[in-house]
Amino acid sequence: MDAELSTATEFPQPESFSFDEESLKAIETIVKRYPPGKQASAVIPLLYVVQRQMKRSTGSAWVPNKGMDAVAERLGMAPIRVYEVATFYFMFNMKPIGKHHLQVCATTPCWLRGSDEVSRACRDAGKLGGWGQTSEDKMFTLSEVECLGGCVNAPILQVDDDYYEDMDYESTVRLIEALRRGERPAPGSVIGRQTSAPEGGPQTLLDVPGE
Amino acid sequence: MAKVTVDGIEVEVPNGVSVLQACEAAGKEIPRFCYHERLSVAGNCRMCLVEVEKAPKPIASCAYPVADGMKVFTDSPMVRNGRRGVMEFLLINHPLDCPICDQGGECDLQDQAVAFGGDASRYREEKRAVKDKYLGPLVKTIMNRCIQCTRCVRFATEVAGVPELGATNRGENMEIGTYVEKALTTELSGNLIDICPVGALTSRPYAYVSRPWELRKTDSVDVLDATGTNIRVDARAGEVLRILPRTNDDVNEEWMADRGRFAFDGLKRRRLDRPWVRQNGKLKPASWAEAFTAIAAGIKGRKIGAVAGELADAEATVALRDLMAALGSNHLECRTDGAAIDASRRDFYTFNTGIAGIEEADALLIIGSNPRLEAPVINARIRKRVATGGIPVGFIGPRGLNLTYAQDWLGEGGATLSALVGGQHRFNEVLRAAKRPMLILGRGALARPDGAAVLAAAWQVAAQNGMLQADWHGFNLLHQFGGQVAPLDLGFTTGIPADIEALWLLGAEVPAAVPEGAFVIYQGHHGEAGAARADVILPGAAYTEKDATWVNTEGRVQRGRLAVYPPGEAREDWKILRAASEVLGIRLPYDSMDGVRARLVEANPVFGGPGFAPHGCTDLAGPVGDVGGVAEAAFASSIHNYWQADVISRASATMAECARTYLPQAAE
Repeated sequence: MDAELSTATEFPQPESFSFDEESLKAIETIVKRYPPGKQASAVIPLLYVVQRQMKRSTGSAWVPNKGMDAVAERLGMAPIRVYEVATFYFMFNMKPIGKHHLQVCATTPCWLRGSDEVSRACRDAGKLGGWGQTSEDKMFTLSEVECLGGCVNAPILQVDDDYYEDMDYESTVRLIEALRRGERPAPGSVIGRQTSAPEGGPQTLLDVPGE
Repeated sequence: MAKVTVDGIEVEVPNGVSVLQACEAAGKEIPRFCYHERLSVAGNCRMCLVEVEKAPKPIASCAYPVADGMKVFTDSPMVRNGRRGVMEFLLINHPLDCPICDQGGECDLQDQAVAFGGDASRYREEKRAVKDKYLGPLVKTIMNRCIQCTRCVRFATEVAGVPELGATNRGENMEIGTYVEKALTTELSGNLIDICPVGALTSRPYAYVSRPWELRKTDSVDVLDATGTNIRVDARAGEVLRILPRTNDDVNEEWMADRGRFAFDGLKRRRLDRPWVRQNGKLKPASWAEAFTAIAAGIKGRKIGAVAGELADAEATVALRDLMAALGSNHLECRTDGAAIDASRRDFYTFNTGIAGIEEADALLIIGSNPRLEAPVINARIRKRVATGGIPVGFIGPRGLNLTYAQDWLGEGGATLSALVGGQHRFNEVLRAAKRPMLILGRGALARPDGAAVLAAAWQVAAQNGMLQADWHGFNLLHQFGGQVAPLDLGFTTGIPADIEALWLLGAEVPAAVPEGAFVIYQGHHGEAGAARADVILPGAAYTEKDATWVNTEGRVQRGRLAVYPPGEAREDWKILRAASEVLGIRLPYDSMDGVRARLVEANPVFGGPGFAPHGCTDLAGPVGDVGGVAEAAFASSIHNYWQADVISRASATMAECARTYLPQAAE
């Protein structure tokens, strides 16, 4: 993760933060999963709730300080304990990001399968300078992430919460232009691969009895 | 018990202790950074590596429990190699700025690098840089030096009870700080400087002032609160440069409150350093002889009384008492705050449970005290008890105070106390169910018109709820300053009548009831209202400037020692009184410190011993006071401005800055 992503001071923080109705409903479900007295375990899911609410209300999915304070208050934790968690995991954006978060997996399998091309396409089509940067039109933020666990369909580009698989330069450019137009192409393999089967379709277990 | 062999030395240690503790029991030194015996175990610095027989790799001894028959090697090639490797990693990002680092000369990293490290670094890449953090006016940070042992994080969370420090980000980018910049809200922040093993957290007032080997170190006692913290006064060329706590498990463990630690710069400012005599309504500088002559003339034939202030030492107090007796006066007072203290029995006005005794208590009731501000170190002890034992704490006083531990707020004032006396309050059940209940009564709760009734009522609560047992004394009065108990031991409670004609103030402010024309002698080190009103000012010595006996809130008798000489013509206080007696023609019969101390023991035998030992209470008869007379008014602690509660801290620039930072509304 780029260190710049986690400094807290160089951009305006919202004056206040309170959970909206949708968040409150989500929180109720989440907190119930943990035994009484262990509510602090819900800190990570609640930080996601904050991030999603920010996306809904401002278009930028990030976690402001007041949002972390709200989580701390809801879970009865010291605010610093929430800050520690939120800054530890790079899934939480500690400063405002663009409308779409382009997360290029650059771990070995994706890299071998051409993630360099994917990130180059992101930079070209998204008009992005480099890792951790946001485009001037506030449409895209580019991040390098570690293994997304989709190695069979490498390389992977995660846009916000969706995986786009089997990417290459051209398909990445097409995807970004579609996003810019406000479309949302269906996530998954862009070459029509069936889940994680071999290209062209499954080659084993073709004669399962009874099917 | 487990038998462990450390480097061939067999030791027997309790089950469950760590290998590091077993090694210490065998007399082996184990280097460490993150491990601290009063904090939880983190195990993240890896410096305490040792080899254990049959273990495939070195283990971190601080976090590894002993097992019976374990064979430990603390100085094998594997251990030496491992520690050298750890040290090399620690030094990768540590700057080589020892020559300008305030920790230099007393730095764990420096010492251990010499003892256990290699001789050269192989690291050629760039070092990381970390932004310095603001933690308040007392603690200076140079975060490049931080080795992320997290002692400060654990201290703030566990001991100080203010979880405001943390480690944000991770890996190479990990930083210690508050994340959202703010001053740490604790009265114990100076201890962060002590526990930091490197120069990342250092004293802001002491920055670039001195090197440890230049300092003359004097063991003494802190008197700026009533804890009686054992301290070491570091001085150079007649100037106190810093004050550090000494370890005393019965009193302060190894902690110290910020006021005692940082207020000493007040010792150099606004001092009375020469005698003054009022002539024609104006104070004029005078010689000692002129001052004494003026006193002899001023008090002649007048009805005289004496008041001992909150920072009066026992020697001066007994000399003042003898002087008054020789003048035929028995008008003595020390309760300058008006606290209705009954000094007829010592357990009516001391902290009988003892500070260490708090750890045995299983229920606590706090009445009209804010221990966090009145005695932060005692408050840390209470917090330790609550954190480890989860004991119930009932609190009568302002609602919503953050005492750093959970308290059960029972009510604001007298009405709640009366309900507890009646035995019908829900907290009575809690107290009765406890085996070792205790209560802490704040001195502030006695400084009101119904003070005597509050005292009697609190005693009755103690007596009726099993706090007074043959081997347990759960009644505690919490004083606020280090000089408040000794005068009580010396009978300074006879009171000043309204028609007094002359007054000798030993560091005390003028009592409100003193008539206009009274002749006032002020003896002390800082002049405030008492000095402004005085007819004669005698410059005395502050606590760092005299050999003196102090009694803490427990009644513990401790000796402070002279670290620097008093400024100008100021003198040790008992000597001033002895010299004055000569001029007044009633010579006091002692000429040496030994003589005064012998007199002290004669006046009250407690001064001949330690003064405090755990004790029980068999005589349940309470102090004088009408239990039913407790008014309904709310209790308030008499300390609102922790940072400027006494004359020394009011003269201190450091404490003024703290007050500006922490109490913006109270700042002038």
